[in-house]
Amino acid sequence: MNWLVDFFGDPAHWSGPYGIPVRLLEHLEFSALALFLATLVAVPLGLLIGHTGRGHLVVVVSANLARAIPTLGVLVLFVLLLGTASIWPVIIPLVLLAVPPILVNTFEGIRGVDPELRDAAYGMGLRGGQVLGQVLVPVALPLILLGLRLSAIQVVATTTVAAYTGLGGLGRFVIDGFATQDYASVFGGSVLIVLFALVVQVGFTLVQRVTVSPGVSRRLKVRDSGATSR
Amino acid sequence: MGDGPPSLWEWIARNWDTGRAGSIRDLLSDHLLMSLVPIVAGLALALPLGLACIRWRWLYQPTAAVFNVLYALPSLPLFMLLISVTGLSPVTVIIPLIFYAMAVLIPAVVDGIRAVPEHVRQSAVAMGFTPLRRLVQVELPIAAPVVIAGLRVVAVSSISLVSVGALIGQGGLGMLFTRAYQNPFLPPVVVGIGLIVLLALVADGLLVLAQRLLTPWERARRAT
Repeated sequence: MNWLVDFFGDPAHWSGPYGIPVRLLEHLEFSALALFLATLVAVPLGLLIGHTGRGHLVVVVSANLARAIPTLGVLVLFVLLLGTASIWPVIIPLVLLAVPPILVNTFEGIRGVDPELRDAAYGMGLRGGQVLGQVLVPVALPLILLGLRLSAIQVVATTTVAAYTGLGGLGRFVIDGFATQDYASVFGGSVLIVLFALVVQVGFTLVQRVTVSPGVSRRLKVRDSGATSR
Repeated sequence: MGDGPPSLWEWIARNWDTGRAGSIRDLLSDHLLMSLVPIVAGLALALPLGLACIRWRWLYQPTAAVFNVLYALPSLPLFMLLISVTGLSPVTVIIPLIFYAMAVLIPAVVDGIRAVPEHVRQSAVAMGFTPLRRLVQVELPIAAPVVIAGLRVVAVSSISLVSVGALIGQGGLGMLFTRAYQNPFLPPVVVGIGLIVLLALVADGLLVLAQRLLTPWERARRAT
């Protein structure tokens, strides 16, 4: 506990390029950038594959492989191959590892939509794109957001580990502190990362509550209580 | 061959078993142990907890919420916070991995057993099965595919996550990554990633096989 007081009580930790506010913003920036780029790739691809049903093997294989690949190894590999002249050798693996959870859940979300619902939409005269945008996406939204949340969890963790390969962010306190046996910095940094991850988790829960159509979430609730009633 | 940096295969041959600590073989066996313990312990803890959540329905929501939160926490700060309790030992890496495993397996156990059809459960009761016998001989076997699906996720991600432990000097094959970074050299990274992915594939394959063996009726149903 004393270590935490040392870390958070030291005014030097609150200003300058190596202070908590800067590191916090860096962490947010890298995580958000990676998540944004991954979403840009994964959501359209997931929608396309889920809607057309073509290429679902790609999705399954990428999901399994992504779980098996060690993040630290990929980070070191990219840095050794591409150098550390810019942040991209670190951001690219962050993006690559963030894609599969979004891709899989978007795909599963679209594919899992009740076929009768889809047929009804076509029957009402909607075209392919309209069916996707006005029916399939809203119904699949809970799963798409779940994918985004899992991906965000992954990105926050990987950004932390990426501090080892020279990226800024909150991981720096932990990695540098460990290297110099500055345990106040290690524990303080760890607590900050844990809080950061919790805020991200809560943030996504709130986004889900706001964006998912009440019809969709309420209907799910009705179905749930129906299935579990005695 | 000869002069110049060693090729990948030469490097493997030279470092496979050096007789000193940190040979590839040592790291591989460390890695196996450090990923196997969380998988087994995770299941051993998730089974009773999952069963308790089914027995006392109110328990499931809070339990799921707690493990959901734990699952969202990055491994590195958890290792660091644990160091003050468990020191620089494999246990420090194993404990968070057990929590991650439980976060996946508890819902798997609960969903798997809740999905047992009511008429099957009642048949077992009608045949005079005691609750324990019903659990072991009817409910768990029917839940097996769902639980094993969870175990596959847990096995593969535990095997890959152990390597993060290298940042506190306890990472099994992950030590190859830190070694390669400190002394810039490609072969250790390639070997590390390759072996970890290979381990994950083998573990996944074994679990698929286990599922086949544990649920022979699935095959019989498909054959007819």
